[in-house]
Amino acid sequence: MTADTTLTLPTPPRQSLSITTGRDRGRKAKQWLAFMLLRAAILIVAAALAVIVGFLVANGYSAISWEFLTQPPRNYMTEGGVWPCIVGTLLLSVGAMAVALPLGVASAIYLHEYALPGRLMRVIRLGVNNLAGVPSVVFGLFGLGLFVTAMDLGVSLLSGWLTLGVLCLPVIIGTTEEALRSVPATYREASLALGGTKWQTIWRVVLPSALPGILTGSILGISRAAGETAAIMFTAAVFYTPKMPNSIFSDVMALPYHIYVLATAGTEIEKTRPIQYGTALVLIALVLGMNLFAIFLRAWLQRRGKR
Amino acid sequence: MQRSTKEILIKQAFLATAVTSLAVLALIMVFLFMEGLPAFCFVSVKDFLLGLDWYPTDEANPAYGILPLIVASGAVTVLSSLLAIPLGVMTAVYLAEIASPRVRAVVKPVVEMLASLPSVVIGFFGMVIMAPFLQDFFDIPVGLNLANAALMLAFMSVPTIASVSEDAIFAVPRELKEASFALGATHLETLLRVTLPAALSGIGTAVILGMSRAIGETMVVLMVAGGAAVIPDSLWSPVRPMPASIAAEMAEAPFRGHHYHALFATAMVLFLVTLLFNVLADYFSHKHQQSGSASL
Repeated sequence: MTADTTLTLPTPPRQSLSITTGRDRGRKAKQWLAFMLLRAAILIVAAALAVIVGFLVANGYSAISWEFLTQPPRNYMTEGGVWPCIVGTLLLSVGAMAVALPLGVASAIYLHEYALPGRLMRVIRLGVNNLAGVPSVVFGLFGLGLFVTAMDLGVSLLSGWLTLGVLCLPVIIGTTEEALRSVPATYREASLALGGTKWQTIWRVVLPSALPGILTGSILGISRAAGETAAIMFTAAVFYTPKMPNSIFSDVMALPYHIYVLATAGTEIEKTRPIQYGTALVLIALVLGMNLFAIFLRAWLQRRGKR
Repeated sequence: MQRSTKEILIKQAFLATAVTSLAVLALIMVFLFMEGLPAFCFVSVKDFLLGLDWYPTDEANPAYGILPLIVASGAVTVLSSLLAIPLGVMTAVYLAEIASPRVRAVVKPVVEMLASLPSVVIGFFGMVIMAPFLQDFFDIPVGLNLANAALMLAFMSVPTIASVSEDAIFAVPRELKEASFALGATHLETLLRVTLPAALSGIGTAVILGMSRAIGETMVVLMVAGGAAVIPDSLWSPVRPMPASIAAEMAEAPFRGHHYHALFATAMVLFLVTLLFNVLADYFSHKHQQSGSASL
């Protein structure tokens, strides 16, 4: 293509000056082949996403209608819509963020702004990394044991919020730390030089400039919570409830659990297939929409940061 | 004086919150052990871990051997890694070394979106699209089996492996690569003999994290693996990995009955395995951290 695209490639080896022998041609050919393999790998990954999303859109779009989005399920869930599931999923994921955001941001501030490298910091980090690796079904059992049973909150929105909140905690800590890292050290130094205390510097200088990054992280956290199934199946979600949630102790219906139940349980699996596709489509539209928004927001912020 | 007291209090408050993650991890452990250990009153540790029969709901003669579940978890994880490691590492190499900024700006979000697909959606896809396809294509009795689950899991661990490896490859100092170019090596030779060896510990961390993700993934194996609690004898055997068993049976297990405790004990095993993987990943990333070009 044009000259400026070749200029941006990472340091290509210059071989044009040497005398080209047969052996050099072999090395070149090998490189060409290997890079083609890498391109093939990328294509497989992209194709996987395209195929999954493509099939769901192709099969699901006919199920989507105004009625599907705004009506409750009817006739033992074989007809009607998914409105209660949409409400449940939104309530669960936003509530989870209300739990995870303050804890996660404060943890990240400690790790990035206060903690000195040492054993304590190492142990806390190990804890965060391990929490990120705990299987979601284990979070579900933990929520069942602590929130539902021991604290007697029952299968409720509140139990779901707390369970999903701790599940999302590592996501929020990670993205907030990244946002804090991107705040230039000179900002902090300027504030400290003016006589600001550490806390004043963090509150008035560091946090405001890290805020957009933290916002991006919380959108990613919400989308993670919205797609989570195993963690809510014992703590917050139910197959079917005729009433909309009216308190923090209500159980709710949720999109991911709805898909799972319709696709695996009951006697009408084939009959409700269009509803399953439709529900899956609504869920990925919600999750991928939030992710795309976060990706664009981050790209925009990075461009703005460079200027 | 008052100002500095306030500062100290604020710092302590932040420390207290930062310890939350540790506290949650400890609480998870406490609850799993509290509800899981009673299982060993009615089944010995050996019979539990090495028993071949998992019939927890049998009225007359219940059996609580989770070896088939452990083998199933191991099998789906290893098989999915066989696919996910090359794909993930190759994606990372491409993104970090070869892609132009413009291509990168498209490919990276694609990988991130693959990571963000809810597991229940991938499980659903495996059930309704992949299973019938495998069944027809390979002429096998059931499409919900070990191979299908491994395939779906692979696409869930690729983004993890790719993004962690990419960071590791990106962190390799520029001078190392330039030295190799200066000696006349091609880009590929530099990649294979300089860049990748220097990034190896980071790639190792990525692989371990990817495998830990695959072991713990629940919805995909619950919906796609087929659910038979037997030791698989081929790629097309239906299997029942640990997370699937827990998620499927918990709702029906009588509260604090034998089955309930056995499921918590299974979760304990699952938790300890993922904990081991994550500690290993952490150890790798610290032990062999590449700090500048000095340590090579």
